[in-house]
Amino acid sequence: MTMSENSAPRVAPWNNPVYRGWLFQILLGLTVVVMAYSAFSNTLFNMRLRGIPVDLGFWNTAAGFDITQKTIEYSASNSYGRAFVVGLLNTLLVGAIGIVLTTILGFIVGVARLSKNWIISKIATVYVEILRNTPLLLQLLFWYNAVLKSLPSPRQSIIMPGGAYLNNRGLILPNPIFGDSAVYVVAMLLAGIVAGVIYQRWAARRKALTGQESPVAAIGLGLVIIPAILAYFVLGKPIWLEFPALKGFNFVGGFQLYPEFVALLGGLVIYTAAFIAEIVRAGIMAVSKGQTEAASALGLSHSQTLKLVVIPQAMRVIIPPLTSQYLNLVKNSTLAIFIGYPELAQVFMGTVLNQTGAAVQCVAITMAVYLVISLTTSVFMNIYNSRNALVER
Amino acid sequence: MSLNSPAFVRDQSGPTLPSPVFARGPLAWIRANLFSDILSSVLTLIALYMLLRTVPPIVSFFTIDAVWSAQDGAPCRVASAGACWAFIGQKLPFFTYGFYPVEERWRVNLTILIGAALIFWLLYPKLGRKNIAVSLFFLIFPILAFVLLHGGLRSGLVVVETNLWGGVVVSLIVSLVGIVFSLPLGVLLALGRRSTLPFVTFFCITVIEFVRGVPFITVLFMAQFMLPLFLPDPSWSDSFDHLLRVLIGTAIFSAAYMAEEIRGGLQAMPKGQFEGAMALGLGYWQMMRLIILPQALTLVIPGIVNNFIGLFKDTTLVAVVGIFDFLETIDSQIKDPVWTGPYISTTGYAFAAMFYFLFCFGMSRYSLYMERRLAAGKSH
Repeated sequence: MTMSENSAPRVAPWNNPVYRGWLFQILLGLTVVVMAYSAFSNTLFNMRLRGIPVDLGFWNTAAGFDITQKTIEYSASNSYGRAFVVGLLNTLLVGAIGIVLTTILGFIVGVARLSKNWIISKIATVYVEILRNTPLLLQLLFWYNAVLKSLPSPRQSIIMPGGAYLNNRGLILPNPIFGDSAVYVVAMLLAGIVAGVIYQRWAARRKALTGQESPVAAIGLGLVIIPAILAYFVLGKPIWLEFPALKGFNFVGGFQLYPEFVALLGGLVIYTAAFIAEIVRAGIMAVSKGQTEAASALGLSHSQTLKLVVIPQAMRVIIPPLTSQYLNLVKNSTLAIFIGYPELAQVFMGTVLNQTGAAVQCVAITMAVYLVISLTTSVFMNIYNSRNALVER
Repeated sequence: MSLNSPAFVRDQSGPTLPSPVFARGPLAWIRANLFSDILSSVLTLIALYMLLRTVPPIVSFFTIDAVWSAQDGAPCRVASAGACWAFIGQKLPFFTYGFYPVEERWRVNLTILIGAALIFWLLYPKLGRKNIAVSLFFLIFPILAFVLLHGGLRSGLVVVETNLWGGVVVSLIVSLVGIVFSLPLGVLLALGRRSTLPFVTFFCITVIEFVRGVPFITVLFMAQFMLPLFLPDPSWSDSFDHLLRVLIGTAIFSAAYMAEEIRGGLQAMPKGQFEGAMALGLGYWQMMRLIILPQALTLVIPGIVNNFIGLFKDTTLVAVVGIFDFLETIDSQIKDPVWTGPYISTTGYAFAAMFYFLFCFGMSRYSLYMERRLAAGKSH
């Protein structure tokens, strides 16, 4: 055994891990490239053979179908591209409203599960267990087919609080009408918000420098609300609600939410809230008891303990899984395809795909949209995590 | 101390008082857990009122008012009738087997029986020789199940095409195939993501993040419409089995989620385990197979089971590409004109909910049980 002191043992090249690693990677790379290329060329060949369009030429041609619920002007004579935008906006609409509502409901249920009140915590537990352990699709079909479709006709509508009506044609809400000078009220509201933020910053800096407390909540709220209310009355109430009224067999006026939208939004909110409740519960329980005890030993009040000690630490645990639940809600909105709410997947992978036959383009575009939403969110999440990660010393 | 001494201390014990009412016993429990303060009391009263208003009608709807036996929908259409269990009773074979030929259904039952026995062997901790169970479940059982269900392949069994499969059977097949293929694929993807080889890491991250970034429905559409177009011969793509397309999509989709779960287990392994294995002279695959993966996988069993719950619930989505899964069989039969009635859909969905709840709740209890078992092992 004569071997120099500082050299690695000689191994045959085929046993050298570096060479093997490269060989393996080259093989994998070649396989991927060959498979991708053959899949691509096969697809082109197959599509041409069947007369399926291979480009996006259909994008600017007339769609020829109407969409019931739309946030922008759209009719059957508009292009497929316009239909795509309508679908995307509907996805974002249900996503945005859904995220706000499900957060509120989820936090309420999560806190209720930790409640000292036995009956409240048991109700919350039953809610979470039933909704988490049944498929979302089943829940959506239940809300849509079993609940909303069996509601009474418009003449026997269920009267909801606040002048809204619920019937088998959907939910009819009072419609806010903005008069000519409403823009000034909105401007005053925005100015109030800016002033409130500036005041809050100033108060925080004063507290850091001098230790003096300021009534941030009261003054901040006043700064936001009072100018807008003043403007509202000075300008002669330029914003008012138009209440729906029954005329003949249907409602006139008001803002109609279609049953598909109500079922999808309600189903998504109620389902996702069960998951958020579990996240909130785990987050609050993750803050150790010593933290609360130390806070009260320092003389902090109960609300200060919550605000300054428990919630910031719980949020660090809550936020990352919460974001993935938000993403799940947006991705799950594709289940609209089963109940016919015209969001992106229903419009583009359902109707447009059937009409044009351009399966590859339609599926790829839909996937790309969700991929962009997901990846953007995860980039922001990574930034948030690196900023808020526990600094270990 | 004599008896007649003028003592200021009592020399006889006083009468025994009853213990305070609110210190223990049911009343104390009620006070502490239901009426501890004003807010709690108000919430309790509201909750009790709501429960009294909703629970009895729901219970009587599903039991007392329910129609338990009927030949058609007429008894269920009466104004006072509740849930129509007779409808479920009559359609149960269809919900279970779909269009699978009646005289061949023993094959389905046999497959389910074998599968259930193997799963019990895998999951019940007291049964030993898990390695045999693993190889039976992941290698032999899929082939056996295919031969039994599909027939042909010189087995002497009549061929039953997959378009006749439906109901619970298809739901179970999709979720089991998802499980059987996603675990090994997920292990490979997770190992690849943690690999030191840059191209392998890049490839695995791309696959995982792509699949996790898109909704399951788009993956199903891709499997249904794009996968056949990838094949070189146009005649192949026409005969490409529809159920197989969906199974491939499901396997890839759940593999990506499984990979992230397993990666968590790999990351939780202490460095000493890797170093110890290498010091023993084990190669990469030996180290992974003998030292790292057994520990890492045990560590993430609860997470894996939770993934299975998600997968099982997601199998309902295969209906979007025309597969007749359990929920779809119910949803299609609700429209049967013989049975149509105001509460048929509620009955059908309630039945489906019970089925899914039973499976998912059972799995989540199992995951909790394993979590506690694993935690017990660590504290020693």
